[in-house]
Amino acid sequence: MTATDMASAPAPARRRRGILGWTWKETQGFLFILPWLFGFIVFIAGPFFFSFFLSFTQWRLVGDIKWLGFENYAQLLSGEDTRFVQSVYNTAYYVVFHVPGVLIISFIVAGLLNRKVKGIAIYRTCFYLPSITTGVATAVLWYWVLQPNGLLNNFLDIFLGPLDIQAPNWLGSTTWAMPGLIIMSFWSVGTTMIIYLAGLQGIPQHLYEAAEIDGAGWWGKVRHVTIPMMTPQIFLTMVLAVIGSFQVFTAALIITEGGPADATLFLLLYLYWNGFRFFKMGYASAIAWILFFVILFLTIVQFLTARRWVYYEGERAS
Amino acid sequence: MAQQTVTVEPSDPSGMPSSVRIRTPARIRAMRVSGRVLTYLILWLGSFVYAIPFLWMVRTSFMRLDKLFEEPPQIWPDPWIWQNYIDMWETGPFANWIVNSLILVALGMFGQTFISIFVAYGFARTQFPGRNQLFVLILATLMLPGHVTIVPKFIMFRTVGLLDSLWPVALPDLWGQAFYIFILRQFFLTLPVELDEAAEIDGANLLQVLFRVVIPLSKPAIATVAVFNFINKWNEFFEPFVFIQTPEKLTLAVGIRWFRTQYGTEFQMLMAASIVSVAPIVIVFFFAQKQFVRGIALTGIKS
Repeated sequence: MTATDMASAPAPARRRRGILGWTWKETQGFLFILPWLFGFIVFIAGPFFFSFFLSFTQWRLVGDIKWLGFENYAQLLSGEDTRFVQSVYNTAYYVVFHVPGVLIISFIVAGLLNRKVKGIAIYRTCFYLPSITTGVATAVLWYWVLQPNGLLNNFLDIFLGPLDIQAPNWLGSTTWAMPGLIIMSFWSVGTTMIIYLAGLQGIPQHLYEAAEIDGAGWWGKVRHVTIPMMTPQIFLTMVLAVIGSFQVFTAALIITEGGPADATLFLLLYLYWNGFRFFKMGYASAIAWILFFVILFLTIVQFLTARRWVYYEGERAS
Repeated sequence: MAQQTVTVEPSDPSGMPSSVRIRTPARIRAMRVSGRVLTYLILWLGSFVYAIPFLWMVRTSFMRLDKLFEEPPQIWPDPWIWQNYIDMWETGPFANWIVNSLILVALGMFGQTFISIFVAYGFARTQFPGRNQLFVLILATLMLPGHVTIVPKFIMFRTVGLLDSLWPVALPDLWGQAFYIFILRQFFLTLPVELDEAAEIDGANLLQVLFRVVIPLSKPAIATVAVFNFINKWNEFFEPFVFIQTPEKLTLAVGIRWFRTQYGTEFQMLMAASIVSVAPIVIVFFFAQKQFVRGIALTGIKS
């Protein structure tokens, strides 16, 4: 920002002080924002561009930084690095089951809580508390719950025992480790649920009455009133859930360390491995940027398709 | 309600047969009752399913190691022992971890909640060239996932010799936080400007307006931000995990991970440690339920 830019902006009548030719009030305003601007430049923008640069290099923290051009990206995107391919597959697997699952469970719970039930605070606490529990504590707890003779299998044995079927060894099997982590992720639906509950309470009652007059039953009201009116909240939570599920880290690190045999190796875990175990700074940065672009791409796609199915009440008038 | 439905039915173009019309109230009432029974049934069952892992955690933390794998499992610990908490406390440097976590929470709340108030006020109530562009920049950083900057930050703090301390985690937090700035700015914008102007006419400068007018009127929004700030800093894992190695210097969240790698099969101690880390969250939740619900509603509505 230069002084010439500033000179064109303020009205000539204004009293001026300071080097930039700003009024005292403008300078004060800028001073309020200065702390954030400093933090942004030093701890966000700087590292952001440095990371982009690093992703085209090879560097192991010692010696010179070696320029590679697109080699890191070529290696990752060509499928040459099979562990990376595995981590993309695992992450996609997780997203595909986690996102719809969380949305549906939250929607059902919010719908039930919205029915003017007694003791709502108790139910809300039960459903919400898991989502603010320390991620590490949640992970350690589910590490215990998912043990071969843990809580989940104790429960499953009630049904599977008489049928003479053995409950899965969740964390020890390449087939069941990922479903185990997905089941665990359904425990944290609280935030989505409360967003839905707020949305449901904002739906005008007269819409339901009108639907009833038109002969709509329970399902008709849900399908033609509740769901259309809730599309902004569904959209918001979907975008957040997709972004969040691409960044699974704590659970996989603590419960399975990515195993068995890379069955729960998530993208972020693989980035961590490369950066802070193998100290491949350039390679880790390239993974970070691919992950960033994937998230950005999916978010943009969701925003573009949103026009087709998200209903904003404000737009109806125009 | 049921009566209303019946009275409007005759004008219904689909034209229901009269026999149906007479039977309707009873049927609807029966359906409503069974609907409510079903609602409570699912809610009880669901709450139970969501609460039982917590209860299991508490149960396990009071059990003797050799009783953990009994078949069939004990529902109530027998014998009920407190020893696991003592063992846990003596096995890991828990006191250090808790102090470290509290330091990070305190610095974080100063740097994020408190500083964000100033920044948000600047965006809501002052004018200067480039202000709107900077605000767009703040919104853009909301979209930026933290993992993109972790490698350069690691290199940066390594270069200045601050790795393996609380600094790499604390320093970037001292300058306001994009999301909190956004929430607070939106709230400040809802306050009438006339109040500011009246104070200014009385000779108050911008800081005095902030402290005497804006902050007192914004207590609910600030409380919400502070509560979320507390929880997020207490739970923070990725950055302290990457930046700190020495066991004594860890935060509680990362310390429990260390504990897990050292004593992975001693579930009774692991559960006791987890309870210690979850306890402050539960306490804050019960004292600040209103803030949570309002905060999330705020986030949901602003979209």
